[in-house]
Amino acid sequence: MSEQAAHRRVLVTGLGTFWGGRVAQALEADPSVEVIVGLDTTEPHVELERTEYVRVDANYSILAKIVRATQVDTIIHTFLVVDPTQMSRRAMHEINVIGTMNLFAAASASDSTVRNVVVKSATAVYGSTPEDPTWFDEDMAPARPLRFPVERSLAQVEGYVHDFAEDNPHVTVSLLRFSNVIGTEIVTPLTRALEMPVVPSMFGFDPRFQFVHEDDVIRSILFVLRHNLAGVYNVAGAGLLPWTEVVSICGKRTFPMPPYVTTELLWPLKRLGLVDLPEEYLNLLRYGRGVDNRKLRSAGFEYEYTSAQAVQAFIEGIRLRRTIGDHEPTYRYERDVEQFFRHSPAVVRDRNGRPTGGR
Amino acid sequence: MPADRPTAPRTKRAPARRTRAAAVDTTVDSAVDAAVTVDAVDASPSAALVHLPSRAATPPLVDAHIRHGDVDEWGRSENMRAWARRLYDPVYSKWFRAEWDGLEKIPASGGALLVANHAAAIPSDAPVIMHGIEKELGRPVYGLADYFFRKAPVVGTMWSRLGGLPAHPDNAYRLLHNQQQLVLVFPEGTKGTSKLMGERYQLRRFGRGGFVEIAMRAGVPVIPIAVVGAEESMPIVARLPTLAKALGVPYLPVTANMLAFGPLGTALYFPAKFKLKVLDPVRFDVPPNRERYSQSRVMDESERIRGLIQDALYGMLRERRSVWFG
Repeated sequence: MSEQAAHRRVLVTGLGTFWGGRVAQALEADPSVEVIVGLDTTEPHVELERTEYVRVDANYSILAKIVRATQVDTIIHTFLVVDPTQMSRRAMHEINVIGTMNLFAAASASDSTVRNVVVKSATAVYGSTPEDPTWFDEDMAPARPLRFPVERSLAQVEGYVHDFAEDNPHVTVSLLRFSNVIGTEIVTPLTRALEMPVVPSMFGFDPRFQFVHEDDVIRSILFVLRHNLAGVYNVAGAGLLPWTEVVSICGKRTFPMPPYVTTELLWPLKRLGLVDLPEEYLNLLRYGRGVDNRKLRSAGFEYEYTSAQAVQAFIEGIRLRRTIGDHEPTYRYERDVEQFFRHSPAVVRDRNGRPTGGR
Repeated sequence: MPADRPTAPRTKRAPARRTRAAAVDTTVDSAVDAAVTVDAVDASPSAALVHLPSRAATPPLVDAHIRHGDVDEWGRSENMRAWARRLYDPVYSKWFRAEWDGLEKIPASGGALLVANHAAAIPSDAPVIMHGIEKELGRPVYGLADYFFRKAPVVGTMWSRLGGLPAHPDNAYRLLHNQQQLVLVFPEGTKGTSKLMGERYQLRRFGRGGFVEIAMRAGVPVIPIAVVGAEESMPIVARLPTLAKALGVPYLPVTANMLAFGPLGTALYFPAKFKLKVLDPVRFDVPPNRERYSQSRVMDESERIRGLIQDALYGMLRERRSVWFG
C-alpha cells in the first residue's frame, strides 16, 4: 500500500445507490481510510458505520465547497446511470454528464487536494453492432457511432474523464469499464429479464454475453485504488456464454422476440409493464459484446468469478431467496439517530471511535 | 484461478473435443494444464494431429460443471460441427467428390492463414475446405466472412456455430497468433462469389491486402489453396442489383441452378467435381506484432499470392477433362 493510502480521505458519489453503498461499506472495513464522505440525492440504503452522508442535488452544484471543506484526496465516482429504464433521458443526462462535469470542476480547483479519481463506467461505451470484434480491448473505438442515449451519455462522461486526466497529470485517474454486472443482489435490466417467467431473446440470434460478478466490481475498484493504477481498464469475467445458455443455466425458457420492427411490436408489452428492456439491450440480444480483461489481470487483479460462475452465483442467490423469502433490507437511514451515534458526546466510543454499543 | 487443474470435473456435456477449439486466452501454465487434460482424455487416433492452442482455454474447464453447451468464444460449437460433419460428409465425398492435392502442406500444429479463391452464388468452397481439413487433419478451421452474415437471423447463428466469424482483423490476429489456429479467408469476398458464369476462374482483386498484413502481424504463413469446381456448382447467369439493394443483401443472383431446377435450385448445387490444390506456404520475412507494415510490401505479397493461385487454377483447368468427372 502506498504512502498516501495510509490515511485516505475518500469521497464517494452516489452513496444511495447500490454501488455507492457497497463501495462505502468496503472502504469502512479498510483501516487506512480515515474519512469517507458519501454524496447522494437520496439516503443510503445500507448500514454504514462511519461514512458521512451529505445530501446534494443531482448535479453536485455545492461540490467544490464540500471538496474544499473535507480535503478529500480520493474521489470514487460511482454515480453514473447505466440503466435508462430508471429515469428520463433528461434526468440521466443531468446525473451522468452534468454531475461528472461539476465533480471534475471541483476536483481540479487550484487548491484541490484530490490525488486519486476512480470512475465507474460501463462497456456500453463500445456499443454493440455486427461489425464488432469478438473482443474489445481498452484502446478500441466503437465500430459505429453510438446510437443510444446511455451509450452516448457514458461516452461523454469518459470524454470529461480523459480531459481531466490530461489537465491534471498529478492525479491518478482510473476509468473502469464494467461488463454486464450480475450477482446475488444487484438488479439490472438483464437480471430483471432473467427473473421473468420466460426470458426475452431475439429470434434467430444467440449472441455471446459476458458478465462480471458484483463482488469483483467492488474488489476491482479497491484494487485500482490500492495500487494507484492509472488508465482505462475493462472489468469483465473470463469467457463468453451464448444467451440461450445463460437462460438455460438460470433454468428458464426463452421467449423469442421478432428480430425486425422489434421496438414497435414490443410497445404494447412495454406499456403493460411486461417487458422492460431498454432499446440498447435489443442490439445486445442480437450481437452481444465481449471485452478483453487481460489488462487489469496483468496488473495483478484476480477475478473470483468467470462469466459462467457469475451467472451461477446469480441463480443460486435467486434459489435461496425463493426458499427463505425476500430478505427485506432491515436498515433505514434515520438522520437523527445517525447524528446521535456519530457525534453525541454521550456515546461511549472504542479506540477507533466506533460506538461500543455494537449496533 | 485455483480451479484450472487437470482434474476439473468433466460431465457428459463437456466432451474432451471441445477444448481443442475452445478459447479464452489465459496464462501459459494453464494452457499446459489444458493440454495435459486433452491428451489424457482424448484417445482418438487423430488426437496426435490435433493442435492444442498455445494460450488456450481455461474457462471451459473451470466452468465445465456450469456450462450447458460447448460454444466457444468465437461462437463455434464442436458438437454442432460434429453433427454438420455427419450430415455434410455425403455431399463432400459423394456429390462433390472432393479431391485434395498437397494436403500435407497444411501444418498439423501452429497457426496458418488459408487463402483460397471464392466462387458460387452460395459459396460451396468454404464448407468443402473446412470439412475436408477437419476430416483429413482433425484440425478445426475458423472461416472469416463478411459482417453481413451476423445480421441475418438463424443463418448467422448457424454460421457462427459452425466455425464462421466476422472478418475483423483483431479476431484473425487472436485466432492466428494467440491460439495458433487455422483460419480460412477469401480475400475476394463477395466480388468473387458474385461473378457471372463467363468470368469464372478469373480472380478478382484481393481486397486491400489486409490478409497479408494480418499474417505478418501474427507471424504465421499464408497457405494458398486453389479450388476448382465451386464455380460450376452454382454459376450465376444474371444479377439483380436493384432488388439486392432493396433487400439489403450484397448481391442477388439468378443462378443456372434456378433455371434448371426451379425454386429447388436456390439451394441445390450441380454435382461439379471438386479439386483442391494446396500450394506451398508463403512465409514473410518480417518481425511480427508490428503496428504497421510497409503498404507496398503488403500489396506486392498480396498480388504475388493472387498470382500463385491464378496460375495454379489455369494449370488445373488445363488438366481438367470434364466439369463433372474431373
